[in-house]
Amino acid sequence: MRVHFTVNGRPQEADDVWEGESLLYVLRERLGLPGSKNACEQGECGSCTVRLDGLPVCSCLVAAGQVEGREVVTVEGLADFAKQRAEHGGCASGACGTSLQDAREWAAEGHDSQTGEGTELSPVQQAFIDAGAVQCGFCTPGLLVAADEMLERHPNPTDADIREALSGNLCRCTGYEKIMDAVRLAAARQGEAV
Amino acid sequence: MPSNGAPIGTPTKVTQGSKTKGGIGESTLRPDGTLKVTGEFAYSSDMWHEDMLWGQILRSTVAHAEIVSIDTIEALALPGVYAVMTYDDLPTDVKNYGLEIQDTPVLAHGRVRHHGEPVAIVAADHPETARRAAAKIKVEYRDLPVITDEASATAPDAILIHENRDDHHVGHVPHPNIVHRQPIIRGDVEEAAKNADFVVRGEYTFGMQDQAFLGPESGLAVPDEDGGVHLYIATQWLHSDLRQIAPVLGLPESKVRMTLSGVGGAFGGREDLSMQIHACLLALRTGKPVKIVYNRFESFFGHVHRHPAKLYYEHGATKDGKLTHLKARIVLDGGAYASASPAVVGNAASLGAGPYVIDNVDIEAIALYTNNPPCGAMRGFGAVQACFAYEAQMDKLADKVGMDRVAFRQLNAMEQGTVMPTGQAVDSPAPVAELLRRVKAMPMPPEQQWLAAGEAADVRQLPGGLSNTTHGEGVVRGVGYAVGIKNVGFSEGFDDYSTARVRMEVVGGEPVATVHTAMAEVGQGGVTVHAQIARTELGVAQVTIKPADTQVGSAGSTSASRQTYVTGGAVRNSCELVREKVLEIGRRKFGSYHPAWATAELLLEGGKVVTDGGEVLADLVDVLEGEFVEVEAEWRHRPTEAFDLRTGQGFGHVQYTFAAHRAVVEVDTELGLVKVIELACAQDVGKALNPLSVIGQIQGGTTQGLGVAVMEEIIVDPKTAKVRNPSFTDYLIPTILDTPTIPVDVLELADDHAPYGLRGVGEAPTLSSTPAVLAAIRDATGLELNRTPVRPEHLTGTA
Repeated sequence: MRVHFTVNGRPQEADDVWEGESLLYVLRERLGLPGSKNACEQGECGSCTVRLDGLPVCSCLVAAGQVEGREVVTVEGLADFAKQRAEHGGCASGACGTSLQDAREWAAEGHDSQTGEGTELSPVQQAFIDAGAVQCGFCTPGLLVAADEMLERHPNPTDADIREALSGNLCRCTGYEKIMDAVRLAAARQGEAV
Repeated sequence: MPSNGAPIGTPTKVTQGSKTKGGIGESTLRPDGTLKVTGEFAYSSDMWHEDMLWGQILRSTVAHAEIVSIDTIEALALPGVYAVMTYDDLPTDVKNYGLEIQDTPVLAHGRVRHHGEPVAIVAADHPETARRAAAKIKVEYRDLPVITDEASATAPDAILIHENRDDHHVGHVPHPNIVHRQPIIRGDVEEAAKNADFVVRGEYTFGMQDQAFLGPESGLAVPDEDGGVHLYIATQWLHSDLRQIAPVLGLPESKVRMTLSGVGGAFGGREDLSMQIHACLLALRTGKPVKIVYNRFESFFGHVHRHPAKLYYEHGATKDGKLTHLKARIVLDGGAYASASPAVVGNAASLGAGPYVIDNVDIEAIALYTNNPPCGAMRGFGAVQACFAYEAQMDKLADKVGMDRVAFRQLNAMEQGTVMPTGQAVDSPAPVAELLRRVKAMPMPPEQQWLAAGEAADVRQLPGGLSNTTHGEGVVRGVGYAVGIKNVGFSEGFDDYSTARVRMEVVGGEPVATVHTAMAEVGQGGVTVHAQIARTELGVAQVTIKPADTQVGSAGSTSASRQTYVTGGAVRNSCELVREKVLEIGRRKFGSYHPAWATAELLLEGGKVVTDGGEVLADLVDVLEGEFVEVEAEWRHRPTEAFDLRTGQGFGHVQYTFAAHRAVVEVDTELGLVKVIELACAQDVGKALNPLSVIGQIQGGTTQGLGVAVMEEIIVDPKTAKVRNPSFTDYLIPTILDTPTIPVDVLELADDHAPYGLRGVGEAPTLSSTPAVLAAIRDATGLELNRTPVRPEHLTGTA
């Protein structure tokens, strides 16, 4: 089958998709977006977390056909997504998500993917690097998407809020302490910026 | 800002940096960080190639059986299938591989020895086609009786897991179903036992733990025009893989090119080969690039696990608390193939007494061949199982003597100069008592007044969490301590060297150092540290770390807490050789302008050649103008020797490393649910080359120890030897809700034998974490708890 949907603000079309293929497979193997990770492919680890019409989902559990006509944001588009959100006034109320309308109007900007140098990062991405929250990095994309979504809803979270929001994302390297540091840091920087 | 967490991004202890910015001792950030947070870092499962095929492995559905027949006709007929291969299709006489003992078949021949053993491989144009084709292969099995424990393995009529063994352990094992046996005998245990006022005995069980790295086994094999193959792979040791792969393919090592792709964690689980040979075989057969990616189910079958163990311990002490003797027997289940079992036995035996002074010791460690899943390397490597047992013993003995549990340990703690049960004197700092003092001195987490809070209690912080199973009713708190000892580096006489190629030149008007090693970066941050070492030694700001591949000499394994020590040592050594050559060029060009070129101690700092008095002699840009310097050199730590096969005596280990933990837990005694409130750690790291990374290692290792204390276990059916829980649904690893705050106190007492005085960091925290949590649960509940992990039924008496 053929599936049309929007990824990081750009219309995409995937051909010859099998009925059994997941959104994760289509992103990784057909659209050249391997940032969403394949740690368990059974919805237990969160490494494949993407935003689907604004909501965080495990893309391994979404059939590709289900995303027809819908909006997907992956880690590859996270920096531009966050920038766009900030330019639209951010989210200080603690109760706003990304509206479908906003998601549709938004488009990622391209950048050089060879070295990563000069790449503009979202606050949560920068915080993960600064706090030492990245080791092997395989859980990182899913955690970033989930943490960014949590901070969008909840700009001043308690530790218990952070743990609850990220409880669907497994990490095997860090013991989560530096991830906690990173999310606190991103929240603090976000607070200073407002 | 939340108040109860660690300070953001600040290491517990700040170390002095070098004069060149970004050198050792600073918490410089990962060079791969940006790519990893943008999703652009290329892991082995992200590889893609035009015209690429997908490989799939068919695995045995039974643990022990003869293979009567394999029928591949239907699989081959499926459209989209390019190749189906079985044992009969292997191209050379070399059909087995293995780290030390080549006992593991590339594809099963006539017999399968464990559940999930590879039987056939398929290449197709879509992964689902490959899976369906594999499912169409008909394998007829004739069941054999399963060997699952010591009794069944060593019974007189036991079927031999491996017939006609010719490895170098078979001559000294009491039964051919025992891979290796290592006794450690020192003093006179029987005589010493007479002086014991108190004796405690215990039988302990350690469950089978999985490394559960998140990046599944995967890679891409691309056929080369010269008949060779290029493998992009996630591994812990490229050259060890190469040595095992090339003979099976019938290719010289020069025609098997290997490049490290992104590695999504390892923890020992990538020491053995997984899909490497299979992908290469299919690529060479089809002439097309072949990618293999395991899913999580297959990953549980695709790598070795931590050895489950039975441990029998007897300790004695005098009434004033001094240890008199230790008798121990450690039985490790190695499963169907040897993997790293012999070395794990050596570690369990030689470290089986723990970090204590015990003059009279009789330890025996063995690893079995059984039909259970193969077991091998995992973080802590034999020392973990022993630590669980001896630390439980220490608590019991302290109670009998009537001493405080920490004070009892401190009274018996080893120190620099202590002679190990192997006869090896510990010749660098061994601050066991000090680590215990430090971890005990850390502030305790506040008592939580659950019942008083009533409906206002935050259930997220209670046992059972969001399941809302208690508001504090039946919840009790406990505190436990533990300390452990781990070796660093490969032991027992292994030639444990590393190679580093370092180049220095001017690029874009700036002096630049390039470091090229084959070190597998698996997340630990070795690439960060290599750049720091080059900056410190060569005084440059810009360092390029080249991708790891087999175009440079071996860097040894990313395991045994050894990479910063050994490959870090190799990078430093090569940098020193480069520096000498740079100074030679400087003397040649500028020596006549200043006498200090000939007379002073010269350093490279801040892009300049300076005297040890700080006087600048030249700019590196001017020295290197029109020149380059490149050195590739091997570097070795001091040699070790094998343990005597009868007595276990020998200078077996390069270096020892120590960590201590304090666990605070709350237990819902009615439901058997445990919440770890805090897990504090104190560790001596010799020298923290990158404090941020060091703390990350300690916290990560601590959490893996927590996992095997309360949740992680591969369950193998004792009747069928089949794995019951190969998924993250049924094999649980700690989530962020299960993991407490982990305050870390880092001690830096230099080991003069090691580069910069450093001590390997990665494994020690995995040892003492588990027994500390168990001790805390015992403290809370009063239960004996002789097995790990602890499950609810063990706490409620319903097991």
